[in-house]
Amino acid sequence: MAEIPILKIGDCLLVSIQVDMHDRLAMALQDDLTQRIVKDRARGVMIDISALEIVDSFIGRMLNNIAAMSRVLDAVTVVVGMRPAVAITLVELGLTLSGVRTALNVDKGLAMIRGIIDRGEQEDDRRGG
Amino acid sequence: MIVEADETMPVRSSDDVVRARQAVRAKAIAAGFSLVDQTKIITAASEIARNTVDYGGGGTMCIQVLRSGQHRGVRLTFRDQGPGISDISLAMQDGYTTGQGLGLGLSGAKRLVNEFSITSTPGQGTEVILARWK
Amino acid sequence: MAEKQSLILTLIDKYQSALLDDWLACMARNSPSGGTLRRDGETPEHAKRFLEQLRRSARNQQLDDINAPDWAPMRDLLEEVSRARVTQGFTPSETATFVFSLKEPLFQLLRREIASPGTLADEIWIASRLLDSLGLYTIECHARTREELIGRQQQELLELSTPVVELWDGILALPLIGTLDSARTQIVMESLLERIVDSGAEIAIIDITGVPTVDTLVAQHLIKTISAARLMGADCILSGIRPQIAQTIVHLGLELNVVSKATMADALGLALRRSGRVIVDRAAPKPRQGD
Repeated sequence: MAEIPILKIGDCLLVSIQVDMHDRLAMALQDDLTQRIVKDRARGVMIDISALEIVDSFIGRMLNNIAAMSRVLDAVTVVVGMRPAVAITLVELGLTLSGVRTALNVDKGLAMIRGIIDRGEQEDDRRGG
Repeated sequence: MIVEADETMPVRSSDDVVRARQAVRAKAIAAGFSLVDQTKIITAASEIARNTVDYGGGGTMCIQVLRSGQHRGVRLTFRDQGPGISDISLAMQDGYTTGQGLGLGLSGAKRLVNEFSITSTPGQGTEVILARWK
Repeated sequence: MAEKQSLILTLIDKYQSALLDDWLACMARNSPSGGTLRRDGETPEHAKRFLEQLRRSARNQQLDDINAPDWAPMRDLLEEVSRARVTQGFTPSETATFVFSLKEPLFQLLRREIASPGTLADEIWIASRLLDSLGLYTIECHARTREELIGRQQQELLELSTPVVELWDGILALPLIGTLDSARTQIVMESLLERIVDSGAEIAIIDITGVPTVDTLVAQHLIKTISAARLMGADCILSGIRPQIAQTIVHLGLELNVVSKATMADALGLALRRSGRVIVDRAAPKPRQGD
């Protein structure tokens, strides 16, 4: 069974979804990510969906789960590269990616994660944490 | 109305759902659908196919390419012999789910297509027909 | 009719090349443009292929229903012939003449070869019905092809007339002008989203100063596009809403969950601020020595 590779960029994890996912693969990805966030002490998770021509409610649920789970582990999730046709369809479908931030591409995604982490640390400093 | 192509395939596992998507894409392209129209019908197919596997105990999907005058369309018929749906209007509400889903399968799919019909008899099975026209 | 074998197939098999010559001659005579159909290089080739395909499709003696699978290659051929004629500017009748002018030589052939009047009458009826269906199909293809051509030209015109402009690095503007209909709005919005991806612009200003009215459908497309842009990781600013449109929006009870500014200039100012830019006036000239 093919796995989806998880790359480490600084303190971020990058996942690039290239294949038409089926359930087992999605479950495996969620498990792998959870373990890697803890193991690598990742502060950000970036999911690149630029290769996905379809995002249905199953994938949507997976993305929401990953975001919720990484928030618990103090990491920020950003989904990047959504195609216009996919975005239009998701709006029509009525699917909201709650708790999932989005950016146009990997660069902007990394910048967004950086910004959020830095602001968070400033907030912690301000509070004397 | 002419039926230009007709193909039936099993929808019993999550691998079948992937295959179903690819088959619907091929037919949508053959029918000359724009990229957005393709995406909508394939996504709708994915939703109903998953329902068929997860809640219907597996079934079949029939894809047809139709022509009516200048218009071409793709029609999908999903059938299963599963437990059926006792309250269809409840099932069609956004967010209603008996499982782990987001509850968008039926209602969402309906929004993505031009024609939608669902018939179900508890204990006997369910049939969902979707069609999108260009 | 199904049990009795039609003789048409046998006769076409036997006399194909003579039939072809007679048919081409008949077409030339019947063509209102005085032989243009004959001079046109493709016609003899099309006619030859038509007869060959006729033999193949009729092999199973199913001559009633040209929508059946046996006749699919013939339908494809007629579509090709129509398409060629449309682009050359032929009328539907001229195109159908291609098929109908086969009747004369074919009936003559049947009359020569079939002795029994009863059989002759039957065969002429079968041939007539078959060629009528094929001729009518040609006319339908012609109409369809013309529609597609017009549709394509409209599409190109549409794309040319609604340019998406890059106002600044990372800031796009879509100035909409004129009355929007549902179809046009959809196309325009899709191209905006494509440009957002291509340029990596995080802010898109949609300006409707030049739009006199907006109906529910158009407003919904606008809202959906803005939502889609957000899902992708960009954001939109609406500008130039006229008083009448503002009223319509409130009347229709629509939720415009988007920042809107009175003018495109205001929207640009906001976009620049949001993207972290500041605009400064250059320092006034230094006073000259001795002043």
